[in-house]
Amino acid sequence: MSPEKGNDLPESEYSGCLKTELTLGLPGGLETPKSGSKRGFSETVDLRLGSSCEDEVSVSTPPPSKAQVVGWPPVRSYRKNMMKNCKYVKVAVDGAPYLRKVDLEIYTSYQELLAALEEMFTCLTICNVVNERKIMDTSNGTEYVPTYEDRDGDWMLVGDVPWKMFVESCKRMRLMKSSEAVGLGPKASSKGLSIS
Amino acid sequence: MNYFPEEVLEHVFDFLTSHRDRNAVSLVCKSWYSVERFSREKVFIGNCYAVNPERLIARFPRVRSLTLKGKPHFADFNLVPHDWGGYVYPWIEAMAKSGINLEELRLKRMVVSDESLELLAKSFPNFKSLVLVSCEGFTTDGLAAIASNCRFLRELDLQENEVDDRKGQWLSCFPDTCTSLVSLNFACLKGEVNVAALERLVARCRNLRSLRLNHAVPLDALQKILVQAPQLNDLGTGSFLHDPDSEAYCKLKNAIKKCKSIRSLSGFLDVNTRCLPAVYPICTNLTSLNLSYAPGIYSSELIKLICHCKKLERLWILDTIGDKGLGVVASTCKELQELRVFPSDLYDGVGNAAVTEEGLVAISAGCPKLNSLLYFCQQMTNAALITVAKNCPNFIRFRLCTLDPTIPDAVTNQPLDEGFGAIVQSCKGLKRLSVSGLLTDQVFLYIGMYAEQLEMLSIAFAGDSDKGMLYVLNGCKKLKKLEIRDSPFGNVALLADVGKYETMRSLWMSSCEVTYGACKTLAEKMPRLNVEIINEGEQIEASPDDRHRVEKMYLYRTLVGPRRDAPEFVWTL
Repeated sequence: MSPEKGNDLPESEYSGCLKTELTLGLPGGLETPKSGSKRGFSETVDLRLGSSCEDEVSVSTPPPSKAQVVGWPPVRSYRKNMMKNCKYVKVAVDGAPYLRKVDLEIYTSYQELLAALEEMFTCLTICNVVNERKIMDTSNGTEYVPTYEDRDGDWMLVGDVPWKMFVESCKRMRLMKSSEAVGLGPKASSKGLSIS
Repeated sequence: MNYFPEEVLEHVFDFLTSHRDRNAVSLVCKSWYSVERFSREKVFIGNCYAVNPERLIARFPRVRSLTLKGKPHFADFNLVPHDWGGYVYPWIEAMAKSGINLEELRLKRMVVSDESLELLAKSFPNFKSLVLVSCEGFTTDGLAAIASNCRFLRELDLQENEVDDRKGQWLSCFPDTCTSLVSLNFACLKGEVNVAALERLVARCRNLRSLRLNHAVPLDALQKILVQAPQLNDLGTGSFLHDPDSEAYCKLKNAIKKCKSIRSLSGFLDVNTRCLPAVYPICTNLTSLNLSYAPGIYSSELIKLICHCKKLERLWILDTIGDKGLGVVASTCKELQELRVFPSDLYDGVGNAAVTEEGLVAISAGCPKLNSLLYFCQQMTNAALITVAKNCPNFIRFRLCTLDPTIPDAVTNQPLDEGFGAIVQSCKGLKRLSVSGLLTDQVFLYIGMYAEQLEMLSIAFAGDSDKGMLYVLNGCKKLKKLEIRDSPFGNVALLADVGKYETMRSLWMSSCEVTYGACKTLAEKMPRLNVEIINEGEQIEASPDDRHRVEKMYLYRTLVGPRRDAPEFVWTL
């Protein structure tokens, strides 16, 4: 949100009357927050994280990720556990009659993921040709290109975005035969193309 | 009224269904108290430690329906240690021994053992209804006991419980003679169920109105079930995954079309979005839709589905819907009363699937009947809240949760005091409020001044000084539950008006500035309060220094003194 947006709202519409009414409070009017006296969020996070993270967090840096404060956001553990399962994605291989599921959370890089896929579909081997990641079925020489469907339903090439972003947005994967993977490219160019 | 025979009084009291009304009536005079207590069938106990089973039975010997709540609300968010308490067994045991004719038991945040369920199942021949919300401690063996023994069971409703799966066949334990089920909800169970037994059960229970399945029930089983139960009002699908070109899917579409009574829909725990169109025909009549456990449905699919739901009154959804999706909700669902938007991204992701103040403003503009909100959002502004307050003055429940708990106004960088101030000023019927974002004492000044009907307030990472808490305690006359975490409120606020706490159900304060000394003082002055200190971890000193800060304190009014089932780490002062 750009700071300019605030100027679009006419002052009189919201703040004028309210300010007059609401100043019928204690004398002294509005107080600005005193950061010294307040037990701020970032202080709390310091206390919670323990020694392993002391170096990373200080009051001046932006608050660390949500997962590190106990009980925030306030969501029941039951719900949290239900949402955990959504990192599993199905992997289909063109021509193979079965699907496999992978938990993307357990890998930390594309290389690890592809190695795992190689293990899963044992007839395949990874060959890194220049900068492209391709997978080959050594028995018949068919080349596969790993692709994935993202949150918006678009089919993308695996490897185009940073790993974490990929894990976030990947809904399922398909090892597509190279010959069919025409026209897939970075997100900007693949909009509007659909794989039937 | 003194000369009316008791039967007449009793008949008049029959029309009073709310426990608050009955409580009021019983205070009028001794004879009204007496008539009321013998005729009361439904008892609500908001804090199981405020009374005990003996007192319940002594006062209401004809009780048939009991509602009990156990752990404090913040236990939902892992702030209360596992063995804190809230056991239902003593209640069941006492009622069984006294020959109470229990028919209905509704529990929230309680520990329910398999032994409790077995005792329950065997002790009350007319038992009809078991509702467990956010409970733990039982397994599918306990459910098997209920299924086997409760011959007239109408309702088994399990909502968001942690249940251990024992791989038994609990569903098969419903005898062939069981035809009385009206409501069966086992969506929270993680394990397999005997699908054939389920189909037979549904087939013979002709009065079944509400059925919520777990993820282990596949789509083809759903189809067979719906064919047997087209009279359902409320359906929770299990897994909704299938090949949309298959015959099973086609059969399902036809089965769903015949379910003209479905008004409430939930589930989709695993989903192939291409199967969703099967439910479009029932969307037009839906009043309640819960897709908050369906992370597999993208925004675009959500929007397509919601476009059909013009009569929706209640919507629970994930923030994957986005602001744009909320705009669609606003223009489609003109009857909307309750909206809950849950966060989809709880594990440190990129955070691109969140909603902002835009979505909320759109909803407020499009849905004038909105009265209940739970909204997890990436950011908020005062201007938006002020607009929402103007558009929707009818809020009864307003719970806003910014994913970053101390985030300021996204545009002005100011605290969100003014925004929440507008909400409490405009919504004169507000009963429940949760605040978040950057907040100073000012917001509490507004709350104390304007929130006259407020009964429950949740505060986290907010305020500057004791003044904040004092504004609330002094101003909110109807306050029943106050829960505060990580806020700089201390002894001055805690001890300013000790009598106030006897007018409330409970107070929770964690990671605040209150000390042992102050808690002890409070406990001494108020013998009818239990002041519990929860000590986790290292600090198990015999008598900690009075100046030591208390990490977690939970106090509540009680008629029965310190509880005897408190674990080692809980000290009642």
